[in-house]
Amino acid sequence: MEIKISVKNLEAFYGKNKVLHNISIDIPKNKVLAIIGPSGCGKSTFIRCLNRMHEVVGGSIKGEILLDGEDLTKTDPVLLRKRVGMVFQKPNPFPSMSIFDNVAAGLKLNGVRNKKLITPIVEKCLKQSALWDEVKDQLDKSGANISGGQQQRLCIARTLAVDPEVILMDEPASALDPISTTKIEDLIFQLKKDYTIVIVTHNMQQAARVSDYTAFFYMGEIIEFDETNKIFISPSNKQTEDYVRGRFG
Amino acid sequence: MSYSVSKKEKNNFLKRFFPSNNLGDFIFERLTWLFALSVFLLVILMGYEMYEGSKISMQKFGFDFLVNSEWDPVQEIYGALPIIYGTIVSSLLALIIALPFSIGVAVYLAEVAPPWLEKPLSFLVELLAGIPSVIYGLWGIFVLVPWIRTDVEPYLSDKLGFLPFFRGAPYGFGLLAAVLILTIMVLPIITSITRDVLKSVPRSQREAALALGATKWQSTIIVLKDAKSGILGATMLGFGRAIGETMAVTMVIGNRALISPSLFDPSYTMASVIANEFTEATSEMYLSALIQLALVLFVITIFVNALARLLVWSMDRKWKTT
Ligand SMILES: Nc1ncnc2c1ncn2[C@@H]1O[C@H](COP(=O)(O)OP(=O)(O)OP(=O)(O)O)[C@@H](O)[C@H]1O
Ligand SMILES: [Mg+2]
Repeated sequence: MEIKISVKNLEAFYGKNKVLHNISIDIPKNKVLAIIGPSGCGKSTFIRCLNRMHEVVGGSIKGEILLDGEDLTKTDPVLLRKRVGMVFQKPNPFPSMSIFDNVAAGLKLNGVRNKKLITPIVEKCLKQSALWDEVKDQLDKSGANISGGQQQRLCIARTLAVDPEVILMDEPASALDPISTTKIEDLIFQLKKDYTIVIVTHNMQQAARVSDYTAFFYMGEIIEFDETNKIFISPSNKQTEDYVRGRFG
Repeated sequence: MSYSVSKKEKNNFLKRFFPSNNLGDFIFERLTWLFALSVFLLVILMGYEMYEGSKISMQKFGFDFLVNSEWDPVQEIYGALPIIYGTIVSSLLALIIALPFSIGVAVYLAEVAPPWLEKPLSFLVELLAGIPSVIYGLWGIFVLVPWIRTDVEPYLSDKLGFLPFFRGAPYGFGLLAAVLILTIMVLPIITSITRDVLKSVPRSQREAALALGATKWQSTIIVLKDAKSGILGATMLGFGRAIGETMAVTMVIGNRALISPSLFDPSYTMASVIANEFTEATSEMYLSALIQLALVLFVITIFVNALARLLVWSMDRKWKTT
């Protein structure tokens, strides 16, 4: 198992309030890692450390996070976020941009202006995110004028267009209907060939369906981290078992 | 059967007049509706009164009132073109100068400043918006105008004198002083509204941009694009303020109905003319001409505001519906 991100003794703070304690985890490459745990246990905080969005809201961290062996807490966050993309819980397309421009946004931010270069990438990413057939005739429509599920796939396409190595997803399907959810899950399955994916979810079935590995967080600590099968069938920790069986949280 | 139908109808009837099934809500709703209506009626009534009051002048001068450049109360000739020109030019220039500053300050307040600095600064901006205009006028007379006379105008005519805009004797009092004082007056208004508009753009938009690898600057540009209809609205409101500003402008603009390309020359605005000359308007025709001027100002103001709303509305609609 090849390691993509290696987190060592990570602590995360909001002001003086410590919400992640001593997190150490090796995130395998080209696999899907699901993060589960009760509300407020620090799942979002954790994945936001991985692309340094945590510091955008004034948070701070201690410890090391190695991306391909290099400590990402010491690199330029702008460059880092091009390598580690993120899909948010609530779809957040840019309403003042068309569907096309939404997908192209990341490229344009990188200074790519050549339409000949951009067009095929936009098409490829929309196909990859299973949205192409639904929007190919209305690419100049505003990114906010499509359904919530389509918006979320648009946000995924937008993330893919930057060609990241890692994709973080914070409950990407929690605001969606079952059909859109299925589409997103299929998509995640497709994507792991090329990307390392970390997904936060409250949905146990979803975690079981899409992920290869699962980490159970509780009160800012990792209680158990193992292959998904193991976690769901025979967890070694009592708390994990209670949680995945739906007995608390 | 028929009884139950009629009962249902009765219910529908009641629903229509008591939509919320609650007498308190009903009264409140109708009462506020009445207030809203009265505002609307007031506007109509004002327009009508001004129309009536300006009839004599309208009959005498007709369309010439708007295109004739002679404003001569002694000869009883009233052409408002220089006054309309002075009003629009002073307001527009003030807006053009104020807008980049306002957006800059608003961006700083909404996007960059730490909370402990943002609060007092925003408060200060609101404070500036609330200062009575006569105080701006006094400051204009005692500080701004002398400065313009001794420094700004000589400098401009020295460096840019080849342009027609910067020629003539440096009086200090004139269009330039009016433009600058209006700039200072609209700045806080546009700034505070723009700041509010920027703050209303959800944080998720900034996060979306940053997560794609945008710099702070790039994410701000995206936020500005999201907010552009609101910023346009803020600008229009600033224009509305500038165009109707009376006291401060009267105190520094030189008060002469004159069309000149030079910013150094005195000028006049509709609001200042009305304020200055109303007390001396002894003849019926003079009075009527002033009221007609008020009507023009009234119409322009309403037109600008309506346009602002329309633009905001159409832009909003563009992003909200299919
Ligand atoms: N912006 C913030 N400022 C201060 N404290 C915060 C902030 N965001 C989260 N916290 C705190 O950090 C802890 C972890 O929050 P986090 O959002 O990571 O939880 P989560 O596991 O993602 O929860 P959920 O499942 O509800 O999304 C919580 O106790 C929360 O109160
Ligand atoms: Mg969360």
